Amino acid sequence: MGRFAVRGLLSRKLRTALTAIAIVLGVAMISGTFVLTDSIDQAFDSIFTDIRKGSNAVISGKSAFDLGDQTGVSAPTLSESLLPEVRALPDVAEAEGSVDSDATQLIGDDGKAVVSGGAPNLGFSIANGDSVFNPLTLVEGDWPGPNEVAIDKETAAKEDFEVGETIGVQAEGPVERVRVSAIVQFSSGLTIGGATLAGFDLPTAQRLFKKVGQLDEIAVAAKPGVTDAQLVREIEAILPSHAQVRTGSEQAVSDAADTNDFISFLRGFLLAFGGIALFVGSFVIANSLSITIAQRTREFATLRTIGATNRQILGSVMVEALVVGVVASIVGLFLGLLLAEGLFELFDAVGFTLPNSGLVFEPRTVVVALAAGILVTFLASVYPGFRATMVPPIAAVREGASLPGEPLDRIRGTSVAALVTAVGVVVGGFAITTTPGNTLVSALLAVLGLMLTLFGCALFPSRTLGAIVSCALGFAALVYGLFVPDLGTTRVLLWMGVGVLLVFFGVARVTTRLIPSLAAFMSPIARWAVFALLVLFWPLFTLPYWLLRYGAWGPGAAGKRVLAFVGGSLLNPLIFGIVLVMWLRRALTRWEPEWPAEFPGVIPDRSTTRVGSENARRNPQRTASTAAALMIGLALVTLVATLAAGIIASFEGAVNDLWKDSDSDYAITAQNNFSPIPIDAANAAAQAPGVVAVMNVRTGEVRAFDETIFATAVDPTARELIALKWKDGSQEVLANLGSDGVFVDDGYAKSNDLAVGSPIELTFASGVTQTYVVNGIFDPPTGGSPFGNVTLSTEAWDAKVANPRNLYTFIAMKGDVNDSNTRALEKSLAAFPNAKAQTRQEFIDNQISGLSAVLNILYVLLALSVIVSLFGIVNTLVLTVFERTREIGMLRAIGMTRRQVRQMIRHESVITALIGAALGIVLGIVLAALLIARVDFLVFSFPTTQVIVFVIAAIVVGLIAAIFPARRAAKLDPLQAIAYE
Amino acid sequence: MSESHDGAVVVAQDVTRRYGEGETAVDALRGVSVDIAPGKATAVMGPSGSGKSTLMHILAGLDKPTSGTVGIAGTEITTLGDNDLTKLRREHIGFVFQFFNLLPMLDAKENILLPLTIAGEKPDDGWLDQLVDDVGLKDRLSHRPAELSGGQQQRVAIARALISRPTVLFADEPTGNLDSATSAEILELLRRSVAEYGQTIVMVTHDSRAAAVAHRVLFLADGEIVRELGECDAHTIHTVMEELAAA
Repeated sequence: MGRFAVRGLLSRKLRTALTAIAIVLGVAMISGTFVLTDSIDQAFDSIFTDIRKGSNAVISGKSAFDLGDQTGVSAPTLSESLLPEVRALPDVAEAEGSVDSDATQLIGDDGKAVVSGGAPNLGFSIANGDSVFNPLTLVEGDWPGPNEVAIDKETAAKEDFEVGETIGVQAEGPVERVRVSAIVQFSSGLTIGGATLAGFDLPTAQRLFKKVGQLDEIAVAAKPGVTDAQLVREIEAILPSHAQVRTGSEQAVSDAADTNDFISFLRGFLLAFGGIALFVGSFVIANSLSITIAQRTREFATLRTIGATNRQILGSVMVEALVVGVVASIVGLFLGLLLAEGLFELFDAVGFTLPNSGLVFEPRTVVVALAAGILVTFLASVYPGFRATMVPPIAAVREGASLPGEPLDRIRGTSVAALVTAVGVVVGGFAITTTPGNTLVSALLAVLGLMLTLFGCALFPSRTLGAIVSCALGFAALVYGLFVPDLGTTRVLLWMGVGVLLVFFGVARVTTRLIPSLAAFMSPIARWAVFALLVLFWPLFTLPYWLLRYGAWGPGAAGKRVLAFVGGSLLNPLIFGIVLVMWLRRALTRWEPEWPAEFPGVIPDRSTTRVGSENARRNPQRTASTAAALMIGLALVTLVATLAAGIIASFEGAVNDLWKDSDSDYAITAQNNFSPIPIDAANAAAQAPGVVAVMNVRTGEVRAFDETIFATAVDPTARELIALKWKDGSQEVLANLGSDGVFVDDGYAKSNDLAVGSPIELTFASGVTQTYVVNGIFDPPTGGSPFGNVTLSTEAWDAKVANPRNLYTFIAMKGDVNDSNTRALEKSLAAFPNAKAQTRQEFIDNQISGLSAVLNILYVLLALSVIVSLFGIVNTLVLTVFERTREIGMLRAIGMTRRQVRQMIRHESVITALIGAALGIVLGIVLAALLIARVDFLVFSFPTTQVIVFVIAAIVVGLIAAIFPARRAAKLDPLQAIAYE
Repeated sequence: MSESHDGAVVVAQDVTRRYGEGETAVDALRGVSVDIAPGKATAVMGPSGSGKSTLMHILAGLDKPTSGTVGIAGTEITTLGDNDLTKLRREHIGFVFQFFNLLPMLDAKENILLPLTIAGEKPDDGWLDQLVDDVGLKDRLSHRPAELSGGQQQRVAIARALISRPTVLFADEPTGNLDSATSAEILELLRRSVAEYGQTIVMVTHDSRAAAVAHRVLFLADGEIVRELGECDAHTIHTVMEELAAA
């Protein structure tokens, strides 16, 4: 039987291929994700290992708690005097001190800082270019001396920096001019994507980084025969309390910790989108298989009459599905390699360059990608498979026999359904509540519970009731996950994922009931939308296509044809290429293009749209499943768009609130809008003529109540420059924090039982601890607080934090915002290319621009699932055309033109797409509203523009999906179509 | 089965079949009893709507009677479950259809061997060769159905029905989709299978020349057997059919 299944697949190549594409794309996404993240992982790993290659031990400053990246505070430094002590140790062969900074800007020839998205700008000292500790090699020039810099090859090439040239460099202080002494690269040849490297000699680096007399690290090499552990023990004995020592390899691991976190986040994030694409793909497969099976009724019946058992029929369907699953998964696996390259490009394009040292293809990638693809295909084929077993042998002799009932009818019943659903809910709920996805067993239990719940909902004799139960359970899971406190991120995500899945399933099922009215409703919309779009496309595509074809082989005088050809080429040169290929094909083969072609019109015939809309309604289940696939993609896109609109609206509101009734005119931030910048920049800005008041906001991590939290610090001028809503206290608090006062936000005060007058003990990264007094409690604006949980005065902050940095600075100027003030500020910041002055609206726009980059990535990733659903529509239409061959032949025979046939199919396609879009958009907004209701700092805002764009996109999806099936239908020869058996 | 049906391989007693319920109910069969003798060809004839197809479907176990019993090779089939019925089909029943019902993706040989493949049995090579010779498909074995003429397709279908040496072969309008010359060849093939292999055949047809190859012709009208003829020529059968149509 298995052999026949494969033969069957081969005889339906097109249909099989269309079904498989859905899986191919999903698997490609999963495999691509693994390849991408593994590649980044490897690139980083080799860089970090490289950096520590020569070191047996590394001494560094020890922060009191783990610090994040770019948070405004750094680990305490070491004193330079430690270095000779280390060198004097008996087992130490060599030791060298270094300083570094991850905000060392190189200034390009255009006067702007060289930045690439969020990539770091690394600055460091090279005490001795020839030492074993130096991971770099010279490409050109010599190791840097005083006031010289060595630059990495990529940056040098990109910015046209040459050895001997003088360029600007800015770290903690203002810009300094230094000479480029060398172009360097890592000894291994690897590059950190987008990052810039700037190496200095030690004294220059110490001056630039404001670490004179200090060291960040001491690298140590042991004498021969001394083990790393021995060396570490020896060093530990002489270390001061705020320093630590690790072996070289340990240090490499610790260096990599942050990037590893980032990589696993990226991996989970991308895998989620692969999962979504596969989920959508499962709808496409289930639908395609169901249709194919309905069309093969007679084949199955014949097999039954010659002795095939139910189980053999089921087996052959499952084998077919498995073969498709295996082949599609293998194709997807390798397509993933291409996709990984594509993702590198995508991230690069949105300014988020990832390091790449060649693609890594792990066995794990193969196993997971194949397993996921095959499993999804298998699960999607179970129901259609059982449906095939319902074919009675008598269908072999009856004309037009249709499938009797559904396989579930045998066990269908409200009580059975309720029981199965309940068991599913209990099992799934238990699995998620007790051990959230930690072990394989609980993961399997959760999946089992979900499956049982879905199955139970499908068992209800009333389809509508089952759908309602599914939706209700889904929303219950969503609400539970969102609103029950202290569930932990994993559980919240699991509840939400399960909830969304159940809702999708329920909506998809109930849609079947709604299809007739939805299709009737959408028909005129589809007709006019297509008309409007075609009016736009007509002069660009259809008209030139017709003209070119007329020019190439139409009848008529040569002059007329040349004119048509030239006109067509001018209107759209792209189509010229297509017609050229057709012309060549005609010249080289016996192929004859269809001519005379109808002159392209745009107004859809009322009669054809009528038949098209009836066609969309005549098999509601089919239309519903096809639309459901698109619905999922659009629901997620809309969810994202609505959330983004909410975030933007809230943020705008928050900034306006803060700025209302205050004197601030300008804000200063880093060029990338979020990195903390040296306070020298704000100090320079304060010198600009016309500045009335300056308020800095410093930021960094501190520890309080055994938690690492974000703290901020403000200048006393905050009283005039921003307006806070106070729960307890007044604007005066801002001016009078002094050396021991703090204010806290409302939520933090509540969760730690703080009131005005309460003491609060803060531990800083350096390990220093001090107790402060709460002076006020404020109510942070919806849309985001400008402050951390705890805020102290800049004076108190600077006393505890070395090299403090500003997150942003607000400035009040005489004459408010005007051109001369803007120029004055810009001039004063000339030495700080990484800082920029902006007005309130610019500040809002800039802060939001980061979100747009993230949004664009999300849209591109979700587009994948929309593409999968597009193939779903193509597939359904192709199968439908195949099924209606005889009917289309009849329509042609009684006078329907080819164009009318195409219009008919197109109309059906657009209606399906519009139904999917309508359901998806509504669902997306509902889900977003639910999320926004949960998150305190978000307000709901309807993304009107985006929704209009999505609807147009859906119509375009419908149009594109119809192209191929419509052409096939139009090509059918009326006579053959009728004679078709 | 009971002794009164000595040697019969298919026995039907008081078979009725009612489609639908209430006022719209249609009685396709109203108490038909029939014995099919082994090694003979039986033709079932009748005008459209006479119930001849329903009778064959019920005799072959494709459809269940509303009342009455049907036995094949001594097994009462109206009460059999799906699995037992399938097993019965493998051992005792062969089918030939009006529209051939070949699997398009398999070649002629694979189509012929399909019943054995499904049952997981090894083909008897001698029997296969003989069968292929007899149906005249020797040089067509590697062709797909789409590459065969209608007559050749029906030959494949007949070979497929005979390959498992079924107790009884049911043919549903076997010439209904063929021209008269091809029909004659197919009928000759069916006749020879009775004569040479002793194959039992039940054939539903409204082609009197087809019925003429049978040893026995049953005439149905309005769900009842109204006439029965022994071996006779096409003209006689045609006359009876005319009479029935006129009645």
